Amino acid sequence: MSGTHAHSTLYVAPEQLEAQPAPPSTTGFLGWLRENLFSSFSNALMTILSIGFLIWLIPGLFDWAVLKSVWNASSLTECREIIRAAHGEGASGACWAVINERFDQMIYGFYPEELRWRPNVAFILLFAAIVPVLFKTMRALFIGLGVLLVAKALFAVYSALTGQAFDILSPTTFVAIVLMALAHFFGGEEHKKRWLILTGFYPIIAYFLLWGGVFFEPVESRRFGGFLLTMVIGVTGIAASLPLGILLALGRQSNLPVLQSICILFIEFIRGVPLITLLFVASVLLNYFLPPGTNFDLILRVLIMVTLFASAYMAEVIRGGLAALPRGQYEAANSLGLTYWQGMRLIILPQALKISIPGIVNTFIGLFKDTTLVAIIALFDPVGLLNPIRADSDWNGIIWELYGFVAVMFFIFCWGMSQYSQFLETRLRASDRR
Amino acid sequence: MDVAQAEAETAPEPSAMKVSDEVAIEIVKMNKWFGEFHVLKDIDLMVNKGERIVVCGPSGSGKSTLIRCINALEKFQKGSITVDGTPLTSDLKKIDEIRREVGMVFQHFNLFPHLTILENCTLAPIWVRKMPKKEANDVAMKYLERVKIPEQASKYPGQLSGGQQQRVAIARALCMNPNVMLFDEPTSALDPEMIKEVLDVMVDLAQSGMTMICVTHEMGFARQVANRVVFMDQGQIVESNAPEPFFTDPQHERTKLFLSQILAH
Repeated sequence: MSGTHAHSTLYVAPEQLEAQPAPPSTTGFLGWLRENLFSSFSNALMTILSIGFLIWLIPGLFDWAVLKSVWNASSLTECREIIRAAHGEGASGACWAVINERFDQMIYGFYPEELRWRPNVAFILLFAAIVPVLFKTMRALFIGLGVLLVAKALFAVYSALTGQAFDILSPTTFVAIVLMALAHFFGGEEHKKRWLILTGFYPIIAYFLLWGGVFFEPVESRRFGGFLLTMVIGVTGIAASLPLGILLALGRQSNLPVLQSICILFIEFIRGVPLITLLFVASVLLNYFLPPGTNFDLILRVLIMVTLFASAYMAEVIRGGLAALPRGQYEAANSLGLTYWQGMRLIILPQALKISIPGIVNTFIGLFKDTTLVAIIALFDPVGLLNPIRADSDWNGIIWELYGFVAVMFFIFCWGMSQYSQFLETRLRASDRR
Repeated sequence: MDVAQAEAETAPEPSAMKVSDEVAIEIVKMNKWFGEFHVLKDIDLMVNKGERIVVCGPSGSGKSTLIRCINALEKFQKGSITVDGTPLTSDLKKIDEIRREVGMVFQHFNLFPHLTILENCTLAPIWVRKMPKKEANDVAMKYLERVKIPEQASKYPGQLSGGQQQRVAIARALCMNPNVMLFDEPTSALDPEMIKEVLDVMVDLAQSGMTMICVTHEMGFARQVANRVVFMDQGQIVESNAPEPFFTDPQHERTKLFLSQILAH
């Protein structure tokens, strides 16, 4: 209580104070440790427990998954013999040989082997179609395809050295090189509209590549499987559920009571029913309602059901974003004479969708993982394929390796979506300082 | 308020600003209810081209609702509103036609936060008037210069002060080249030192002959530029007169009470 102000005497600073370095214990690595890992007793305890858990987990996992793993064997019994011979009685190691042997099946299902370049090309074109939607330039496509081609070249060298056949001069390689060149020379923002034309036509291109017709030999839906099926259902569901969800959310806000009731009924019905029920309806019950003799593709039915299911959730997520906008934004758009659709497209939706990004991506990730439920109606997605593999007498008894592989593959896709959403939020925040 | 009053001495007499005989807005026996609540009662108001009307009154008297009815942000249930010869009905085409000709400035600016200042100004000319982008940019820069912030054109609304945002909102409305401008308490959300910069722009606009209806509590502004002051209370126009007699010789009891309250400090 003895400061200058307490006595209200005159104080004048005698000189300009020099800046001094911060105390060493608050900066650098030690400062970071203190700040983040040992800032309090409970924090320090959590840090020590976490480190202990990692020390317990990682060496064992590494030992099993890498050091004692077997990559080449024709059955689980052979795997076990190799491990016993190398590491002694009682040692356990991962038998990745099953993934090695069944890899193509996990990716393509029962898609005819000689036609598998078609899904490959469709997959590469998918990147060319979504990069202009997701990013400002095509650099991501250039880098992505570059990594893919380098990996392919390395694999070709490895195959040549070990005497395996590997055809590097496939249509996939050719398409990848062409796209990479295009992305390099015409990848700027000024060419974005041209790339978006490809995006617009992509569904048609992908349909003909995957199912055939016109120039290509047709492939039946029942031969689709593995991650190919996951991608077909996941990507279609994601691409179709967003616009449908937006329309449902706008419909639910509409002034027209009939339209509003239809949207509310639809959303509440779909959200109130498990996806599995809808899939059963799609696969079994629909036949009773359709005229006899109509044959309506099973994958198409599943696509419709998954899209409708996700769009109901999407509608509610977007409705949240619409509700978060101040009424003044609608009024300003109206008072300038913009029509309803102009106002929505130019003013309301860009802001509402931005607010909804975390929820939208959450729904996308949920949808992508829910594609595994199609295993229940006898479609062979990656999870659905595991049962026949485990029923094979060669691989009977193998569990961890198969489910672990599927889990890692799903994690890569879902984590990618999550990372993109965070990137997008940061990018949009930079251009919108309120 | 003091600032605007001081300015009144240097500004030209309101009578120097021309008022034409042509009718810009005609409101006849207009009534509005919010559910059961009767907010606007038998409103009659005729505004000629070039007129500057200031609407004042206690809060909840229906002043904002009145001007929001003129560009159909609110619906009314009885009576009629005619803007530039176009009767306001529930026909969406007619509503959009009127909104194109009537500019509006809001209390809370309502700029579009995801667009730059320039994009805020060019959006409606490009999409509603189908103006080529380059021409729209030129028009927008002209009005941004008029409100004295051309240097902020590439910033986002969130980076500007309240007074600057409100001036952008005025420029945005002007870019549509409207016949009538509506101001809904344009300075009520501003810090005192920013009120003057916005009022200056509005005075400049009034002197250029723009037809204006302003809901405001800035009585200095009313004295300086209005050629009519309309006082509303409980959903009704209680008194309407030229500013000089309105302030010096109010007739109605409620007007006297209102003026004594707001001019007391």
